[in-house]
Amino acid sequence: MTISANHEAPDEAPAMPGDGALAESLLKFGISVEDYMLPARHQIQMVTPDGVLVPLGEQGTQPGHEYPLPDDSELLAAYEQLVIGRRVNDQNSALVRQGRMAVYPSSHGQEACQVAAALCIADGDWMFPTYRDSVAIMARGIDPVQVMTLFRGDWHGGYNPHERNVGIQSTPLTTQLLHGVGVAHAAKLRGEKTVVLAMCGDGATSEGDFHEALNFAAVFKLPVIFFVQNNKYAISVPLAQQSAAPSLAHKAVGYGMPGERVDGNDLVALLAVLGRAVKLAREGSGPLLVEAHTYRMQAHTNADDATRYREDSEVAEWQAKDPLTRMKTYLTGKGVLSSEDETRIAGRAEAVAAQLRQGLGEDVTVDPQDLFRHVFSSPTPQLEKQSAMLADELAREEAAQ
Amino acid sequence: MSQTLTTPSAANGNVSAATAKAAAKVASSEEGPQSLTLAKAINTALVDAMHEDEAVIVFGEDVGTLGGVFRITDGLTKSFGDQRCFDTPLAESGIVGMAVGMAMNGMRPVVEMQFDAFAYPAFEQIVSHVAKMHNRTKGAVKLPMVIRIPYAGGIGGVEHHCDSSEAYYAHTAGLKVYAPATVADGYRMLREAIDSDDPVIFLEPKKLYWSKDLVDLQELREQHADNTRAGTSGEGRAAVARAGTDATLIAYGPSVPTALAAAAAAAEEGRSLEVIDVRSIVPFDDETVQASVRKTGRAVVIAEAHGFASVASEIVARVQEGCFHHLAAPIRRVTGFDVPYPAPKLEHYYLPGVDRILDAVDDLQWEDQP
Repeated sequence: MTISANHEAPDEAPAMPGDGALAESLLKFGISVEDYMLPARHQIQMVTPDGVLVPLGEQGTQPGHEYPLPDDSELLAAYEQLVIGRRVNDQNSALVRQGRMAVYPSSHGQEACQVAAALCIADGDWMFPTYRDSVAIMARGIDPVQVMTLFRGDWHGGYNPHERNVGIQSTPLTTQLLHGVGVAHAAKLRGEKTVVLAMCGDGATSEGDFHEALNFAAVFKLPVIFFVQNNKYAISVPLAQQSAAPSLAHKAVGYGMPGERVDGNDLVALLAVLGRAVKLAREGSGPLLVEAHTYRMQAHTNADDATRYREDSEVAEWQAKDPLTRMKTYLTGKGVLSSEDETRIAGRAEAVAAQLRQGLGEDVTVDPQDLFRHVFSSPTPQLEKQSAMLADELAREEAAQ
Repeated sequence: MSQTLTTPSAANGNVSAATAKAAAKVASSEEGPQSLTLAKAINTALVDAMHEDEAVIVFGEDVGTLGGVFRITDGLTKSFGDQRCFDTPLAESGIVGMAVGMAMNGMRPVVEMQFDAFAYPAFEQIVSHVAKMHNRTKGAVKLPMVIRIPYAGGIGGVEHHCDSSEAYYAHTAGLKVYAPATVADGYRMLREAIDSDDPVIFLEPKKLYWSKDLVDLQELREQHADNTRAGTSGEGRAAVARAGTDATLIAYGPSVPTALAAAAAAAEEGRSLEVIDVRSIVPFDDETVQASVRKTGRAVVIAEAHGFASVASEIVARVQEGCFHHLAAPIRRVTGFDVPYPAPKLEHYYLPGVDRILDAVDDLQWEDQP
């Protein structure tokens, strides 16, 4: 996706791809349809793994189409979330080892993607996350313990999606993208300027609903950002066995939407690219696809053994591209991050970890009658009968003790 | 095939302003009972619901300009615009998945699956999300959506155009499953489905689309308005389609007229059969069904779907559990055979017909008195 910051998006998206309207409206950008929709030749990177700002001409964009650098306060706030996100991942993995949670799909190594996803959208916008996006949901403002309820095992979801406009975490792959498309469609029909950020991973792009969601969003010209975290593995299967496409971002053009590749461990680039995508979508560009190149540093979950399918050397290579150290070096060098900031941020992260330890450390009391309460808006006679049967069974058990 | 089942209504009262307005447009042609097809009754329910509530939107394959392959959505795009009734890309999972998101965000989508056997690409959305969202979110997210499915056989359809898929949906906790059998119920039950805050699978017997009955639309509208005001409805209730004393035929959807025909034939032979129209498979009205069997002591369950692991089997089990001491004979099932839905020229061997039902009735051990 190559859109100059100096140009505004077209007021109205073209009626149909291929009918000439698209090419015509894109004249506004002064670039061809291909240049608009195809990802830039390289991933967008603004800060190197060593924490150095990449010179303007070398960030991956075409000349004249660079992404503006987010301002310092935005970067500092994002760094705070990054540190909290890493702490959350490590704390949750520890809680699983202690038997406090059934399972935790960690986003360790992907925290820059998680944070950027949460920060790029406005309060009234929506996010549709997967099971690995717990950090993004917390960064969006949902109570951390509520987010972890799913993995603690006392209910299949712990937060109210309407509280912060976050879809319930989806385990079936890419099914939630269509829900995001529907939310965006409803909002558009009412004339609301809601943007939806719909998230999935690299392996999930093989699913049928990925295709249907992108196609529906494009046909109905909906303001949906499809944010693909390409962490290189679908449990054990590498990307090469999922797709023969030049990149996942290239898939966008087939639907008539722009795609872009970004360094998924570079929080600065992520904020810039996603920020631009959200702006374009809100202005009526229709959907966009952003592929972030990142790496799942840990196994799929605690139940997985990553040494069976990948080399330690590959993991070490990605360790050197860690999103946290990169951002810390960059912001410190820039004079944006002071040691006082560091102390404050570490304190915030520790407070969230403590909240998780306390919330998940408590023994949860489950109410067996919850089984029947929420199947329908009001229980059917059959459910009422089963509910009474279970209550009776439990009462007799209690009486026998 | 003519319909004999109409439910008389004592309901009277004021129609809501929107309904009255909608009705006024066609009042001259709609006063008093009139001959109406099931297709028109369903179409009218959509029109009225869309008039009353802007959140009601209709989409699916060919439902816009064409008005649907069965013409059920005829005229909706013209009347309400292509924002409220529109064609989607050809993708059933996309249709249902998008409806989930729209329902999450304030709409009441009514989507059409073009044929029963074309709905299976949407199965994951239906089973994993439509059915579970309310439960997962402890009621925080309601999905007031209706999935309309032209359903079952008897039209000589080619492969994948006829299936009796109710068991898949009924087996999935969290879905309501309606199967109207009459013209009046086409209107009444679709209005109830659209009003429901729970997702409803709405099974429309395609062989009955063009069946006619005398119905009073104005009266149905008033009933609906009254129910809305009072917070009551007939949701989840079975109906006595024909009263009788000797045995009970239990049927739903396309099998109800067949059961009624069998009862009429039996009457000529001096046997009085009661016919229960199940109407709503989920929730299931045990009370009405079992009251009838307790009275007659004998029952035959009729359905087009395969008998093995079917809704018919579930009904047999429930009646047996609830009415054991009232039964004079084992409950019989007359269902489709356990074979893939047959080709048009073999269809009539497969479908439950009057003779097969009467044979089952004859087998109900009449020599033993209950």
